[in-house]
Formats: sequence, C-alpha cells, structure tokens
Amino acid sequence: MSLLPFCQWLAETPGSITLRESLYTYPLVESAHVLTLCLFVGLAAMWDLRLLGVTLTRVPASELKQRLGPWIKGGFVVMITTGVLLFSAIPVRSYQSLWFRMKAVALVLAGLNAFVFHRGIDRTIEHWDRDPIPPRSARRAGARSLVLWTVVVVCGRMIAYSWFDCDKQPHSRIVNTLAGCVVPGEGAQ
Amino acid sequence: MNLLRFFQWMSQTPVCQALAQSPWAFAVIESVHLLGLAAIGGAVLVLDLRLLGLGLRDQPIDRIARDAHPWLVRSLIVMLATGVLLFSTEPVKCYQSTAFRVKMSSLLLAMIFAFTVRQRVAMAGDGRVKPVWLKVVAIVSLTLWFGVGASGRWIGFSA
Repeated sequence: MSLLPFCQWLAETPGSITLRESLYTYPLVESAHVLTLCLFVGLAAMWDLRLLGVTLTRVPASELKQRLGPWIKGGFVVMITTGVLLFSAIPVRSYQSLWFRMKAVALVLAGLNAFVFHRGIDRTIEHWDRDPIPPRSARRAGARSLVLWTVVVVCGRMIAYSWFDCDKQPHSRIVNTLAGCVVPGEGAQ
Repeated sequence: MNLLRFFQWMSQTPVCQALAQSPWAFAVIESVHLLGLAAIGGAVLVLDLRLLGLGLRDQPIDRIARDAHPWLVRSLIVMLATGVLLFSTEPVKCYQSTAFRVKMSSLLLAMIFAFTVRQRVAMAGDGRVKPVWLKVVAIVSLTLWFGVGASGRWIGFSA
C-alpha cells in the first residue's frame, strides 16, 4: 500500500495550497516548529540527563517527571501540530523524502523507547527516586532517548536539502526504493 | 576598521571557500547548531520556569541554577563554535542582513544578562529577592533568548 495517492490528493486541497504559497504563514509555522525544539527537546533532554545521573541529581526523578512532564507534553503537542501543518503544505515531496522517512522511523523508535520506559523501570520509580544515578535500565532509556531525538532533529533539518529528491535523478536504486521514488523503468513503488 | 572589508577578505580565505563550496558542510554544521539550540533551550527554560514559579517549583532556585549553569555554558560553546562556522560560509550576506544584526545584538544582551543579573539573582538564595523581581528576570531572559532564536531563524528567510 502506498500513501502517495493520499499525499497527491492532500497537495491539491485548498488548505495545502494556501499554506504552501503563503508569504509569511509557512515561515512562521516553520519557525514555531524549530523554536519549540527548546521547549520539547530541550526539557526532554534535561529529563534524559537526569536519568543518566549527570544533572539535577538532587531533584527526585518523580518530581522532575511530574513538574516538567506537562511542559514536555505541551511542547510535543506544538511540535506535532506544526509538523502536521508543514507536512500538509508540501506532502508529496515530504512523503518521498529519505530524510523525512528516517525522521519518522526515529520518531516511532523514540515513542517505543518512552513506552518501554513507562511500562518498565518507571513503575519502580519510588525505589530509585532519590538516587543521584538511576538504575541501569533507566540510564539506558535516557541515553536511547537522547540519541533518537538527535536523529529526529538532524533528519528534520536535512529534509530542507534536495540531495535525494526524487526529481533529482539519477539516484542509486537503494535511494529510490527507500525514498519511494517512482522511476520509469526501475519498477520502484 | 571597516568590518565589511574584513568580512569580504574573510570570505575569500581558503577555509571559508572550502566551507561555502562543500555541499554537506553547511548542513552538518547547521544540524549541530540546532541540537545546541535544543540544549540551550532546556538549560535556560528549566531555570526561567522556576523563577516564574513554574516547573520545578518545589526546588530551591540556587540548586536549579547551579545544575543548569554548566549545561548553559556547554551548549553556548557549541552554539558559538558552530555559529562562527556558519557565519564564515557567508560573512558578507550575514553582515548585510538585518535579521543577523538583530540576532547578534540580542545575543550580546542575552549573554550579558545571563551571566550577570540572572545568575546573581538565581544564586542569591530563596527569599533574598522578591518573587516579582524573579519573574521580571525570567521574562527578560526568555524575551532576549527568544529574540536570538527568532531572528536567527529569520536569517535564512531573508535573502
């Protein structure tokens, strides 16, 4: 199944066209997306660093989670909202962007990592709440989170570059397959 | 000294030429600059939220300030290092960009404020500074850093 027809349909909707061709709205949405990095990734990173035991070590982990959690979640909502808007403005190119696809994979993995943390070591948080250095599985979750969000940010930035764009052929077969480029004669989906 | 002529000379140096002509250099340096943005955002916000009576509001302010400060310094070093490299790929364009000038002015003010007034107020200990002044300090800090970030993003939009 390909989402390409959906993206092609989305690109022709009035909302998508309006946003794509806007003089200021698109750059403003993009700026909001970038600057919310400070709120979302910045505070999530402080939480990850606490899990690694390298900062705010005298603050109980549960307190940090409780007090910063709503800000991180709020930042995430802004990120997703502005991100969906940015995608909807340029759906086909984004869908066929190698960087966007890597970003999406890293996002899913970051979500899974958070879920595993939540279902695992987080349940015993009261046992290690005041430990300056949390147990190994919590540290690992923090380290994985930092790596994954780094990948998300870097891939996100790279979407703007056109090196692997489908209309910039020739690419190697692997690039065309991963990016979902439709190349006549190559049989890629 | 004429800055424009200096930047014109700078853009002709082999290092700047190499950076400007590399298809990857700018993108890679810019990505690190963005990661630094996230880090500096976290370090600034965790203390400014506390000064506003939000976030880690049950913790003493000086404790947050002491823990956040090294991360502010580290991320600032990353930002300045990558920022100089980004600048060096197009010094003349930056020099002539209004957004860039606004950014540099805000950055100077933000750094001076962070390392003088804000740090001193935060380290003063609970109860030494009236809550209203803590909030004023946080709002000034957030406004200055927001100015740096927003005008920084706008450098790329302005031709």
